[in-house]
Amino acid sequence: MDPMMPPPVRRIAVDRDPYVAPAQPAGNGHAPAAAPSTRLRAARPIAAQVRERMRIESLWLAYGENWVVRDVSLPVRQGEVLAMIGASGSGKTTLLRSLNRLTEITTGAARSGRITLDGTDIHELEVNELRRHVTMVFQQPNPFPMSIFDNVAYALAERPGRGGRRRRRSAEIERAVTDALHRAGLYDEVAGDLDRSALRLSGGQQQRLCIARALAAEPEVLLLDEPCSALDPISTATIEELIVSLRESVAIVIVTHNLQQAFRVADHVAFMHLGELVEYGTSEQVFDRPAMQRTRDYISGAFG
Amino acid sequence: MAATELAPAPPSGSVIARAPRERTSAWPLIDRIGYYMCWAVGIGLCLIALAIVLFMFVKGISYLRPSLLLHSPAPSVVQSQSGGFLDPIEGTLLVAAIGTVLAAPLGVAIAAWLSEYRRPAWLARAVESAIEIISGAPSVVLALFGLLIFAQSFLGFLSQRAATGAVYGRSFFAAGAVMSVLALPLIVSSAREGFAQLPDRLREASYALGRTRATTIRRVLLPAIRPDIATGTALGMGRIVGDTAIITILLGAGLTIQPVGHTPVSSLLRGTGPTLTSYVYENSPAGEGLAPQKAYAAAFVLLLIVLALNAFVTWLTNRGAQPRERGRAYRLLRFEWIPWTR
Repeated sequence: MDPMMPPPVRRIAVDRDPYVAPAQPAGNGHAPAAAPSTRLRAARPIAAQVRERMRIESLWLAYGENWVVRDVSLPVRQGEVLAMIGASGSGKTTLLRSLNRLTEITTGAARSGRITLDGTDIHELEVNELRRHVTMVFQQPNPFPMSIFDNVAYALAERPGRGGRRRRRSAEIERAVTDALHRAGLYDEVAGDLDRSALRLSGGQQQRLCIARALAAEPEVLLLDEPCSALDPISTATIEELIVSLRESVAIVIVTHNLQQAFRVADHVAFMHLGELVEYGTSEQVFDRPAMQRTRDYISGAFG
Repeated sequence: MAATELAPAPPSGSVIARAPRERTSAWPLIDRIGYYMCWAVGIGLCLIALAIVLFMFVKGISYLRPSLLLHSPAPSVVQSQSGGFLDPIEGTLLVAAIGTVLAAPLGVAIAAWLSEYRRPAWLARAVESAIEIISGAPSVVLALFGLLIFAQSFLGFLSQRAATGAVYGRSFFAAGAVMSVLALPLIVSSAREGFAQLPDRLREASYALGRTRATTIRRVLLPAIRPDIATGTALGMGRIVGDTAIITILLGAGLTIQPVGHTPVSSLLRGTGPTLTSYVYENSPAGEGLAPQKAYAAAFVLLLIVLALNAFVTWLTNRGAQPRERGRAYRLLRFEWIPWTR
């Protein structure tokens, strides 16, 4: 998509209550007039291809003595986008980071419960092996201070058994890198000069480069931690469209503070509050017919 | 946007208000005294630096002849027949090279371990203290200690062995090795500074792609702190080039380079010889060489080398602050020809 072309203006179904908007943190790329809207939602569902990749079973997570995730069970499916919403401190980012065991780099992290990837307990997998299957994109774009090409090539799986140092630019690596850039919708913008420093890209391009990097590892699951909160509305729209288009080939979990965003991109929504999973369901269920009072309060902007 | 629309012209001339200079007369007296003392000290420091450079420049230039740079020193009481200081220049470069080659990889490795692993914690604290002790130790103490080590008979292959079997413990390698200890703390602290300034999200990004800590250090962090490593290394070289105590104790103060044995490289490493610092010392009025004019000329050359190193450091640091683009000069300066930094 041409990033300069604003998406069509359509009314967002969930946006009935005008006071939903103030609930968004400032600068969250929320611009009702220009935001992409139900156009994205028209494309779904693609239930035929949905298949479960990860399963979280009664998971408890703590930092030190403080339990930040309490007894959460969730499925993560390929073919759909799972959005986790909730106020700051509700444990959604911690839950996300536990899916590729990034919580373990924080000292004092403890857990109980089970997470499986395609039936295997992720704690039985070698941690770096797991992180190649479950890659992550962060809130702040964090490209490495190297060229665009090297950024993506860095994520490619090392091929053991070939021995010695990888040749820097074999045709195979070149193909994998351009493929990942294509999937992240960045290739056309950077094709001219892949040797350019990644730090010279705009924020939105950097974030798509990070997505390309995460995709280059050919993961089963892609984790997105508020990927648009540092971006402008146009970049946000581009990335949201990208997320929806990627869900067929990879299971996607996105943490977001932006309720409209969750509604636009997600098939299933999990609402968390103070570490507990309050409500889980399709986005229509959660946004239009929330079962729990706390969910109703949150999506109508009562707290958060 | 319509093309006919006129952009507002920026204001010019007296319309622009600028912040007035702060008036010190409104300050309390004690603040003013402190302020002016800072000024005075700063200016005094500038004057001292200027005096040194000017003095060495005038003295050095007046005695410096191109031939001095091209001839070896010769023993003579007559200044006109005592040759030049080619050997001291070579000696200085050799010691600096040995010291740097030993210190740079070790220093970077220590910094990487201290910044990225730090386990067990007691060992990390011990290493930090050890580095502080080394950086605080006077070089003459390090030199004495080095002599003790290198005079052990099992290290005889690193220096010269007398007919009686005694080991002298003096050689370019011995001096360079002890010099590397001198340079080590500078490289470690500079590299640690670099590691500390890298944002954690860089590390997380790499871990989240399934890369180990070691791979992250090798392929992301080290390339990112190349300017810091270069800065520390250049500072260390400056320290090495300028040290005299280690040279006089561990290299002797011969007039010319004296190789030991006949194997091409090892004969030089095991050999002894002068450096610019020892040459200046020997030929100064305090020494025995009786060639003060040549001491001035050599001191001038030494000063030039150190100033050039400093300028190089400043340049590298400024370069590091700018976004990096790839080019041939970039690759050379970022040491990309060293395989592990790619």
